[in-house]
Amino acid sequence: MSSRGANVSSRIGVAFMTPAAVLIGLFVVFPFFWIIAVSFTNRSLLGANALHPQFVGLKNYLDLFDPATFWSQGGFGPSLWLTIQFVVLSALCGQVVLGLVLAWISRELSPRAKSLLQGIVMLAWILPDVVVGFAWFAYLDRDAGTLNQLLHGLHIPAADFLIEHPFLTICVFNAWRGAAFSMMLFDAALQSIPPSYLETADVVGASGWQKLRDIVLPLIRGHIVTDLILITMWTFNVFTPFLLTAGGPSFETDILPIYTYRIAFKSFEFGKGSAIGVIVMLINLAFSLAYLRLAQRGLRKKGKAA
Amino acid sequence: MNHRVLVSRIVFSVGAALLGAAFALPLIWFVLAPFNAHADLDLALPAPPTLANFSRVFANGAAVGALLNSLLQAFGTVLLVATTATLAAYALARTTLRGKRAIEYVLLLFSSVVSGSAAMVPIFLIVNALGLIDTQLAVILVFAGGLLPTAMFILRDFIASIPRGYEESALVAGASQWRAFVDVVVPVLRPGVTIAAVWAFVQVWGGFLIPFVLLRSEQRMPASVEIYSFYSQAGTPIVPLLAAYSVLYSLPVIALYWYVNRKYGFRFFGGIKS
Repeated sequence: MSSRGANVSSRIGVAFMTPAAVLIGLFVVFPFFWIIAVSFTNRSLLGANALHPQFVGLKNYLDLFDPATFWSQGGFGPSLWLTIQFVVLSALCGQVVLGLVLAWISRELSPRAKSLLQGIVMLAWILPDVVVGFAWFAYLDRDAGTLNQLLHGLHIPAADFLIEHPFLTICVFNAWRGAAFSMMLFDAALQSIPPSYLETADVVGASGWQKLRDIVLPLIRGHIVTDLILITMWTFNVFTPFLLTAGGPSFETDILPIYTYRIAFKSFEFGKGSAIGVIVMLINLAFSLAYLRLAQRGLRKKGKAA
Repeated sequence: MNHRVLVSRIVFSVGAALLGAAFALPLIWFVLAPFNAHADLDLALPAPPTLANFSRVFANGAAVGALLNSLLQAFGTVLLVATTATLAAYALARTTLRGKRAIEYVLLLFSSVVSGSAAMVPIFLIVNALGLIDTQLAVILVFAGGLLPTAMFILRDFIASIPRGYEESALVAGASQWRAFVDVVVPVLRPGVTIAAVWAFVQVWGGFLIPFVLLRSEQRMPASVEIYSFYSQAGTPIVPLLAAYSVLYSLPVIALYWYVNRKYGFRFFGGIKS
């Protein structure tokens, strides 16, 4: 049934969209293009290059990928490699697997136990960055922190985790911090599986693992892919580990967002910082395109089924 | 019940409890320390429990001011985002404009590609060019721009579920399009606006990087940045005050999530919390 009567006229449509368009244009779209422009200049915060930045062509990019310095300590190469490891360990192995396990466990729990478990996991996710940063600082303290007290009780030698195992620590931290999103997404996905499927499996005596592998995982494959892409993209851009380690000690946790911040706002090399920003945005673009493509395919499928 | 079922049941329960404990452990200290006047980084039952830390925080003008700044910045952003996103989402959902799909596609792409940490430099330069460095308005505007696309997608789905007949009957009865929007659509849309507003509030309230980069003077800093004033010159935290302040600072977020969860339940609105 066509109901053109409720359509807004294009004049009103444009008027309604203008305020949002101005804000998005100014603070989302414009920065996107400006960052590309700045990345071809030697712009800095202070000095002559702040007022009259010069066009330097691809110099910033060539500097980043200069084989002589690419792998040097505190350089682009180690940061990129560290970020990839960070995403694989904390997002894919950490958040996604934890989220799936938590959602799977929740199914079998009583409603009260389920909301307790999910409430705790949610809390880790909703608290402000600086608060969880401080909580972990206290948790990991070498002498008095809860974790070392616990290890002491188990007769395991104490450690200064932020100094001795900084990278592993921010991986565990990020997995802890973000597992809630995957848990909720998989929780919703699992609820969409008809109970009869699993009951049939019970009747033929399938183990929990078999049920998960042969019935559940194939059915929620779409959700898993969505989750993987979103989580990867967010972890790739996360700045929060800065609050734990500030990228140190000696660049061991110098993931790309921290590296960008350091180059742009500690060394004030805006040109070079923008070049890194462009590369980060290109990687983001690849993830978003993949995500949009999948989302649209999902919609089309749904449309056919209806 | 046979043995194997019993054993696997026990293993399962113990596993679930351990997993829950692992998630709770980093936060347990936080439940105790704020109420302990001599709190340190070790886990200790406050003896006796006291609210002294909280009154010392409230006596600290800068700390209270920072919480008020957070409120101002969060409410400012929420107002701006809620009004502009509602208008734009309504126009997008109800327009016959050609290229609407393209607009949505590009919008979604930009909102996920331009992340805070990648766009820090140009945003700083734009705010600088506008002469707004070190103003709360800059924080509000930048947050609003960044949160708008997602807020629009949340609201668009809500608007799409409103039958067009609602507005049509208002139009037939002689209302203008603006009146039909304000008197018919907006009231029905309230749950959607609430969810988008709560989401935006939480993002600004916890946001660290944007105010950290855009603001200079202490009296304009929000709580997320000003919390570092509870560290001594040497960089060691003044633990009891920091713990109490963290709890105060976390309460609004916890309360809002609890409210939304109870009232509407958690659903997925175009990737809430990015």
